[in-house]
Amino acid sequence: MVTVQAEVLLRGPAAQANALALTAPISFWGGVDPKSGLIADPRHPEHGRDISGKLLLIPQTIGSSSAAAILLELVRAKRAPAVLALHEPDAILLLGLIVAKEMGYETPIALRLDRRWFGELDGRLVSVSDDGSISI
Amino acid sequence: MAMRIVAETARLMGAPRLIPIESAHIDGALYHGDSGTLFAEKLVAGGAKTAVRATLNVGAIDLTGCSRNRLPAHEHGMAKRMMTAYQQLGCEATWTCAPYQAGHRPRLGSQVAWGESNAVAFCNSVLGARTNRYGDFLDIACAIAGRAPDYGLHRTENRRATVVFDVSQVDAAFLFSDLAWPVLGNLYGRLIGNAIGVITGLSFRPWEDILKAFGATAASAGSVGLFHVAGATPEAPDAATALQNIPPADHIIVTNQMVRDAQSRLSTADRADRVDAVAIGSPHLSLEEFDTLRRLLNNRTLSVPLYACTGRHVLKVLERDGHRQSLESSGVVIVADTCVVVTPILPEKPGAILMTNSGKFAHYAPSNTGYSVLFGSMAECVESAVAGHPVFGVQTW
Repeated sequence: MVTVQAEVLLRGPAAQANALALTAPISFWGGVDPKSGLIADPRHPEHGRDISGKLLLIPQTIGSSSAAAILLELVRAKRAPAVLALHEPDAILLLGLIVAKEMGYETPIALRLDRRWFGELDGRLVSVSDDGSISI
Repeated sequence: MAMRIVAETARLMGAPRLIPIESAHIDGALYHGDSGTLFAEKLVAGGAKTAVRATLNVGAIDLTGCSRNRLPAHEHGMAKRMMTAYQQLGCEATWTCAPYQAGHRPRLGSQVAWGESNAVAFCNSVLGARTNRYGDFLDIACAIAGRAPDYGLHRTENRRATVVFDVSQVDAAFLFSDLAWPVLGNLYGRLIGNAIGVITGLSFRPWEDILKAFGATAASAGSVGLFHVAGATPEAPDAATALQNIPPADHIIVTNQMVRDAQSRLSTADRADRVDAVAIGSPHLSLEEFDTLRRLLNNRTLSVPLYACTGRHVLKVLERDGHRQSLESSGVVIVADTCVVVTPILPEKPGAILMTNSGKFAHYAPSNTGYSVLFGSMAECVESAVAGHPVFGVQTW
């Protein structure tokens, strides 16, 4: 068993999930459908993939300042990823989780994880504990 | 709750402390889903009030009734509740993406929390006030708390230009035209991304509406929050000051060929034989831009609708001077409080073509409206709306 230790950015429950590594930066507004959790940007390499319930590995976020609104909407619709792992913290996106917590919604854990791990984790079923350790 | 959100963001971004702010511009009142409405109503229910002046960016509905949208009943209702909630929090019903032309102009060096990418770029660059790029929820949370996390563009050392964007090789007559600035903004945004640049090599002082067009296009093509123009913007009396006397990491010399490439990139429908609609006003049109529109239109009747997006601060003056009625009788559709790329106003029409002079509309219209885009000058937009097909070369360079 391999274990990777990630830094916890925002607390949330432990989860078992399939990892989905994005291979290009993503703009949540216009890039993810808030109702279905499908990647909606036709120019994105993972177009059509479902981020719901996944360990979503995000190399970089771009675009509109409304990303948080889309993430909040995904959490409310129970279509959010089970775990978000970002190469670098992004206040605009993570605000969606900070606000979701304030709204009393069940919010996923958010981690900081170097993108060099993304390829190895992609597609694997992993266990994420609430202290940020990821086990394959 | 607002203070918890601000403090949690500060922790996340490694900001050592919170600083007091003087004003806010709130982009969070645009409907993206029910949860945003419920959040605003939760703040209202908790008795929250803004602690500083807070103007509102566009909503999803034209509350002035100038234009109609095609939002389904549920979405329309929730969008309206959201707009009401933000007003109950104490925000001013400005409903414009050009608050800086609606009387909200923070002074040089003041700390503020502004949202909406073009407003952020203008506030930092042209006014010299200091804001990060505030997103939904954090903007209103800062306005209620009266405080913002101290990091990024709030701090002097992070406002230094690291790239020189030299336009001295570009045709001088072109630089002096309204067409040039969205084109340069697109080029700048793509080349510079989220770094800070200083524009050098201009032989005149750019006026406010072209800086507005530049910033809006740069912020939609890249993540531009601050730019400097040597000799024109307040933190750049000269290039060396903008660079804080440190050699730049990069020096971009803009050529006429780069400009032509950027211009053609703004259109997605190059060989169009017709135009289905024309849209101007992103950012919202100023009174001066309406004067130009009326002069170019010269009381002629349009073949296709021209959507002119603006704020109620301008609409009020147009109505007072009798211009609203004359524009509308020519076929102009005035859109206030909102705009054609954030809410469904344009008729649904597969394969339709939209002409615009806005680099920001050119960027967002294809994905948000389904229209493909032709980019041209304001004069070319007006002539095309009169003719019903693209007319180029009205203002050549």
